[in-house]
Amino acid sequence: MISARGLRKSFGDFEAVKGIDVEVRRGEAFGFLGPNGAGKSSTMRMIASVSPVSGGQLRILGMDPATDGPAIRGRLGVCPQEDTLDNELNVFDNLYIYGRYFGIDRATCRERAQELLEFAQITDKAKAKVEDLSGGMKRRLTIARSLINRPEVLLLDEPTTGLDPQARHVLWDQLFRLKQAGVTLVITTHYMDEAEQLCDRLVVMDKGLIAAEGSPRELIDAHSTREVAELRFGVGEHEALAGKVEDLGERVEVLPDRLLVYSDHGEDVVTAVLERGLHPLATLVRRSTLEDVFLRLTGRSLAD
Amino acid sequence: MATTTRPARTTRPTGTLSAREGMARQYDYWLTVLKRTWRGGVVSSFLTPLLYVVAMGVLLGGFIEGDPDTLEGATSYLAFVVPGLVASHAMTIAVSESTYPVMGAIKWHKTFYAQLATPLAVRDLVNAFVAFVVFRVAVACAVFMLVLAPFGVFETWWGPVLAWVGQVLVGSAFASLTFAYSARLRSEEGFGLLFRLGVIPLTLFSGAFFPVANLGPVLEWLARLTPLWHGVSLSRMLCVDRVDWSLALLHVAVLAGLTVVGWVLAVRNLDKRLEV
Repeated sequence: MISARGLRKSFGDFEAVKGIDVEVRRGEAFGFLGPNGAGKSSTMRMIASVSPVSGGQLRILGMDPATDGPAIRGRLGVCPQEDTLDNELNVFDNLYIYGRYFGIDRATCRERAQELLEFAQITDKAKAKVEDLSGGMKRRLTIARSLINRPEVLLLDEPTTGLDPQARHVLWDQLFRLKQAGVTLVITTHYMDEAEQLCDRLVVMDKGLIAAEGSPRELIDAHSTREVAELRFGVGEHEALAGKVEDLGERVEVLPDRLLVYSDHGEDVVTAVLERGLHPLATLVRRSTLEDVFLRLTGRSLAD
Repeated sequence: MATTTRPARTTRPTGTLSAREGMARQYDYWLTVLKRTWRGGVVSSFLTPLLYVVAMGVLLGGFIEGDPDTLEGATSYLAFVVPGLVASHAMTIAVSESTYPVMGAIKWHKTFYAQLATPLAVRDLVNAFVAFVVFRVAVACAVFMLVLAPFGVFETWWGPVLAWVGQVLVGSAFASLTFAYSARLRSEEGFGLLFRLGVIPLTLFSGAFFPVANLGPVLEWLARLTPLWHGVSLSRMLCVDRVDWSLALLHVAVLAGLTVVGWVLAVRNLDKRLEV
């Protein structure tokens, strides 16, 4: 569906994307995971065929965005990071008028707008102004709008940023339903839980490059241990104590507020720490996540 | 086949939709905008200029002797000032409608970004936007001219009709030029500058209220170089039936040329601006 080879994007002297290879297959949910400024959004805009490619090759649905932009865009759905809903139109018109841009006839536009209101669970808000909607509803309306042309690929740039947990789950549920209906999803996110929940496959991006690629499970297996023991000590003690526990796991990461000891047996680590006479203020044993993968690959956490 | 062998693109693909199809797809959008905004337009488009006509044309003009030789052929000051007023009004509407609304569609509402995610291209957005502004100018000027017709300010029936076409040309020239300016602008402070240093001096000194000959030889020629003077002069010569056809042709050519230049710049600037 989407294939990129050595894809680059630069703005003047600044290189946002420094040559990436990506292959997205039909029907899968593909993710770009990385912190802000990793080049995810620039990549998405090139895929959306609104931002010209600075170098390398990009094919979307077998076409070149440089020459077939409108044809490609006609078959994509785009849910941008910032809502670009028209605040001066009501909810229904936002869907209806957007459909008209795709050259869909008026009757079909009306029909689909009605269906999508139901899908987004905002049927009762059809005549409401956009600004009267909650953040979650606006997001769902944006996604609904991006579906008006029945796209084969749906691009979602940071779909749940700024939403409360409940609204995120409603949205995830809808994205699952779309995937089951056969829509290919391409998602950027800096939330590792979102990437784990939604993506079949993903690439970890950092500073314009791809640091790793695989399914969430594969990435965790390849780049982290099964479990992580988190040890919280007093403020400022973590750096000094790291040396005293580093032999207990495969690896130790020092964060400002805690130590992470990577081991396949987290509980054993905690027991051994206590046996050594160390007294963490709090301990937690958990499974490794993509956050740990990212920390391992880049030495930084996803939240910058 | 491989893009790698090609130099990096500097402009966005212009799109494969025909210009007509590109505009047709935005018809419903602009119709909705019109339904929402026409009430406000009534005041600014009709009431304000009507007050000008009463104050300047009738009340102030009552003190001015209607000598056709000094008034570019008009038999009264009212007949002199009306064609110029309507032409300068066409400019004001075109500029107003292409400043904040353009910035809004880029910065505040991000309408252009949403539209560009569809098969529409930058060119299509500019076309529909300018067409809408020109439509508003055309309606405002038409109504205005019709209202004034019974006051005996027009010499022929066909003159005012052609003058109206000229006024619409003023609208298209200023709409596309202003669009080009607004598409580059980062903050709305630049609009204050445009109105104070552009619109107001043009309104006052482009021959709408007095013959530019009164300015003295140097300033007169300066005034003749302004786009609005071409519109005012065209509108007036047709209304008072003193048509110099070769000059009229020049006016039309200048206004049409400015429209084309403005359009090219508008597309280029917007394309550059939206490529974030």
